[in-house]
Order: sequence, then structure tokens, then C-alpha cells
Amino acid sequence: MLSKIVGSAVPVLAALAAFLVGAVMLLVLGASPLDGLKAILDGAFGSGERLAATAVKATPLILVGAGISIAFRARVINIGGEGQIIAGALLATVIALALPDLPSVVLIPLVLMGGAIGGTILGAIPGVLKAYASVNEILSTIMLNLVMVQFMNFLLRGPLIDPLEIAAGTRIPQTQRLSDNAALPTLVEGTRLHLGVVVAVVAAVIAYIVLWRMPLGFRLRAVGHSPEAARAAGINVERNITYALAISGMLGGLAGAILVFGSEGQRMITDGSAAGFTGAAGFNGIVAALFGGLHPLWTIPSAFLFGALLTGATQLQRVLQIPAALAVALNGLVVIFVISSARFRSYIQSIIEKRPSNRASEDLERPYSKIPGVDT
Amino acid sequence: MSDFFTLTVLVAVVGSGVRLATPYLLAGLGETVGQKSGVLNLGIDGVMQLSAFSAYFVVLKTDNLMLGVLAGLAVGAVMGVFYGVITIVFKATQGISGIGIFIFGLGFSDLLFQRLVGTPKPIRQLPTIEIPFLSELPVVGEALFQHNPLTYVAFILVPVTILFLGKTTFGLNIRAVGENPHAADSLGVSVERTRYVAILIGNTMAGLAGVALVLELGIFQPNLTQGLGFIAVALVYFGSWRPSHVMAGALLYGLVNATVLQLKARNIIPLSFSELAAMAPAVLTIVALVILAQRVKGPAALTKPFIRH
Repeated sequence: MLSKIVGSAVPVLAALAAFLVGAVMLLVLGASPLDGLKAILDGAFGSGERLAATAVKATPLILVGAGISIAFRARVINIGGEGQIIAGALLATVIALALPDLPSVVLIPLVLMGGAIGGTILGAIPGVLKAYASVNEILSTIMLNLVMVQFMNFLLRGPLIDPLEIAAGTRIPQTQRLSDNAALPTLVEGTRLHLGVVVAVVAAVIAYIVLWRMPLGFRLRAVGHSPEAARAAGINVERNITYALAISGMLGGLAGAILVFGSEGQRMITDGSAAGFTGAAGFNGIVAALFGGLHPLWTIPSAFLFGALLTGATQLQRVLQIPAALAVALNGLVVIFVISSARFRSYIQSIIEKRPSNRASEDLERPYSKIPGVDT
Repeated sequence: MSDFFTLTVLVAVVGSGVRLATPYLLAGLGETVGQKSGVLNLGIDGVMQLSAFSAYFVVLKTDNLMLGVLAGLAVGAVMGVFYGVITIVFKATQGISGIGIFIFGLGFSDLLFQRLVGTPKPIRQLPTIEIPFLSELPVVGEALFQHNPLTYVAFILVPVTILFLGKTTFGLNIRAVGENPHAADSLGVSVERTRYVAILIGNTMAGLAGVALVLELGIFQPNLTQGLGFIAVALVYFGSWRPSHVMAGALLYGLVNATVLQLKARNIIPLSFSELAAMAPAVLTIVALVILAQRVKGPAALTKPFIRH
């Protein structure tokens, strides 16, 4: 019990340490950390509207984070969130462009499904490459991110560009305003809170159920725990590695569709970079997942926390003129601190449980299992 | 298309290919040294951005290129110490801590740029140095011997790295702790110290790669590298951890990029397809990884922290 409490306290303390470094950064940049904290809290929770903005910001992080949790449980690392979001958004956009007149009850599920399929395809590619050609999935997913950014730029500046942008000569890389029938309905009048938030939470819960209550989840975790043992038990390791990345990508793609059809402009728009469209959700999702202990359910509150940091950071920029990029730098530090605390945590736990800590050296042969929160 | 295959154009392509290969080569060589010691550093893209910004900022303020280079090297070294503590003291999972370094570098360089500079202002670029006699040779002179100093440094570092890893005691120690840290340890080689130094070398070279990039462009912008550091990591894999092969890979990327630029400039590729052409390096990387993944084997202890039994 004590061991469990310490187990969950260590990553939280690690994240707090990262935020302390953030406070020092604020000091160095000439702003008071207390004012900074106030601005962030005010920006993230200060009004109903801001709370809604926080929830909307958290939405893709929940989905990407849940997906990353699933992949990591099967011991595959999915860094391809950015590309998967873009792939889902593009396919969903094309569907809305092709079938704009379908009624909402049909079109909304259709574009969400389109997003999921787009992401699944992009996740399955590195999955197949890893399972059947031993291609390192970290590298292949990163490369696919780079490929998808350019593909998005190509489509949004070329075939999919808003005809009005050509007519006006401004050529902003964006699509035309997409069918209102595909717009995700607003949940609370006067705020941006839309159905996508609910979809994301439900998807994370389903991810949890699949992972711990369904045979598929059992197989994925078995492969993550020990591929050799899984194979001996008759589990098709290659197929399940592919599934893990495909499902992870599916959730990212769904996030992409939600980003498009939950946006104010009701269109896909970029500034030529991946983050210009995704808001770097593919990377921030990693942060949310790690802080959530790589558990789909814990990823939900964790994503809200980092969503709050992101919306709060815009307020930081308005009030204290501290660039919102501070939130990105902080996210990086959180990843570093939380992942660095993992061994510290198992060390403390081994003392509490009075078990020999040389078990740790055995775990090292399986580097990916040494991630905070991964049950062994 | 026909006017592409003229000698002048080809010389220009090779020349700019060598130039564009520089940051890939510097980062790739550094990553090779790090990985040879058993440490994967996925964060070099972030380190490159931090070093690029520091060099940019120092040159902007002092107009002194040498100080800029030193600033970039120093930031790379500091990040090396940082990453050494993460991987050696805390023994963090390397694939993920590296992504943390990348995100930090991306955000922090952006933060500093917006806060300290704001609107992009151009800075002095590196001068071209024409190697006496050699640069006057027909064809190869222009393509190979009229470059900026960092390009020469990068290519000189190839044989230096080969000799360092293959002939010096310390280089052999690096390889030993990357292959079999326990054996190296029992022979009295300090695994941790060796890895620290290898990480330090790798990050400092990544820093230099960032410097080369920004002083070549003469301007800084957020996310300056656009994934170049990640491609450099991949380069080590399909260069099979051999400096000479990493150089060949870097040259290939440089040439691909130069060809795309040249085709664009000559309107052979319509402007609207330039983004598709820009997909080439990443696609090429994936294809290369597929072809080589099962044929080459990296250092046996790569990504495995060392714990004495």
C-alpha cells in the first residue's frame, strides 16, 4: 500500500520539480513566478469560456495519450502522433468535401470514422514495418511525421486550398469552410465546448476496457511483457505489434478529425508546420500519457492538466508578455523529469517492500518496461 | 529537363549538396560516437535548435562569428552533461528522454527567440574559403573546395572519428562499453565515465551541426531544423554505425536536397509540387531503414543502462 502511494507520488513530484524549473525560467525572463502562476490559472480556469477552451485543448491530448498508453503497453513507442493526427484530419476533410449535404447524424459519425481510418493507416505502416521488417518504430513514426507535414502542405496549398484564397491572392494554406452538417455540436451555449470532448473521454474509457477487460488487450500486454512468452502461449506477436500501433494511430486520427470539425473556422488550416495545425498535440500527448502513468483513464485528468497549461500559457503571453512557447519547454522538462524518476521510484519501492533491488537489473534487458506506471 | 544535365548545373548541385550535407554529417558523426558507447540520443534535434539559437544570438549581438560558434559548442556541451545525468545517473529510458530533450529544445529556443529577438533579423554568414590551388581545379574545384570552414571541419572529422574509434584507447573503450559493458567493467574500464565523454562528444557535435545550419542560413526561426536531427539519428542506423557510411548517407541527403532545390529553381518541378519533393528525405529514410534493418546490427548494449551485478 505504502509502496503504491510512493509509486504514484514520485512522478507527481518529478513534474512539480519540472514546474519549479519553469518558475526559475520565469524569474530569469524577468517575470514573477507567482504572477505567472496566477496568469496561467486565470487563463485556464478563470471563466466558463476559458474552462471550455481548456477542455477543448485537452481533447486531442486525451486521445493521443490513450493511444500512446496502448502502444507502450505492447512495448512499442509511438512518436507519430503528429502525422497520425494530420492523416486523420485530411481523410475526414476530404469526406466532408465530397459529401457535404449528408445530414449531421450521418455526416458527423462518418467524418469521425474517416479520421480514425486515416490515423489507423498511418499507424499500421510503422506497425507492419516493425513487426515484419524489424524497422525501429521510433524512427519510422518520426519520419512519417515529416512526410505528413509536407503532404498536408501540398494538399492545403494545392488541391484542397480554399478557392477564395486563390481569388483573393492571399493563398493561406487552408481549406474552404467545410459543411456545417459535419460541425461537432456545441455542448454549452456561448463556449467552444463541443461533442469532441465527450468522444475523447469515451474513447479513452473504451481504450481502458479493451486493454484490461478484453482478450485483445490481454494479448497486447502479453506481447509487451514478454514477446517470447507470448509467442510460446500461441499469441501472434507480429500481428499484435501491428495492432498496437494501428490502434494508437486510430486514436490520433480521431483527434485530427475532432480538431477540424470542432474548430471555430470549421476548416483545416496550417502555417506550413505540423504544429500549425496540430498545436503539437502529437508530442504533448506523450507528456499527458507519461504523466498519466501510461494508463488510458489517468491520461484523462493528466491531459486536462496539460491542456490547462497550454491555454494558461496564452494568457501568460497576454498579461506578462512571456511567449507561450514556455509551455512547450516545460512539457519537455516534464517528460525528462518524469522518465528520470522511474528508476528512483522502483528503487524506493524495493526498499519499502524489502525485496532485493537486483530485480531492476533484470528489467533493464527490457528497457521499455521501465516506464512509470507500467505494472509488471 | 535537358538543361538540367549540363556540367555547370551538375557542379552547382554537387557543390550545394556538399554544403547541405554538413549539418547531417556533424550531427550523424556525433550520434555515431554516442551510440557506439551504447547510448541512443534522440534529442539531438532539440540540441541543434538550442545551439543554433545561441550562435545566432551571439552573432547578432557581437557580429563575431567565432564567438557564435563557441556559444553553440558550449550549449551543446551543457546539453551533453544534462543528457549524461539523465541516462547515466537516472538511467532513464533513452527513447523517451530524448524526445523530452527535443521538445524542450524546440520550446526553449522558440521562447528565447521570441523574448530576446522577436522579429527575425539576418546575421553575417560564414565566409567561403577557397582552398589554394585545389579550388582552381576544373569541375571538382568549385564543387569540393569552395566551402565555408564548418563544411571542411565536418569532412575532416570523418577520418578523425574513424581513427578515434578504431585506433585510440579511449575510442576502443567507447566501443567496448557499447558492446559489452560488463566485460569492459571487469577489465577496469569505467563504463560511466566513458559514456559521459561519448555523450559529451555527441552533443557538442550536434551543437556544431546547429551552428553550421544557422550560420549557413544567416537567419533563425523557430523549429529551424525541421526534423534534420532525427534524420541524422536515422543516418547512423543505415550508416551501420560506420563514420564513412554515415558520410555517404549525409552526402546522399545533401545531394537529394540540392537536386530538389535546383529542380525547383529551374521550374522543372512546378512550385505546387515542391512540398511533395520535400517529402523525399524522410521517405528515403524509411526505405533505407526497411532495406537495412535486418542486415545491420548495432552495438549490443545500445539503449541499455549499465548496472553492475
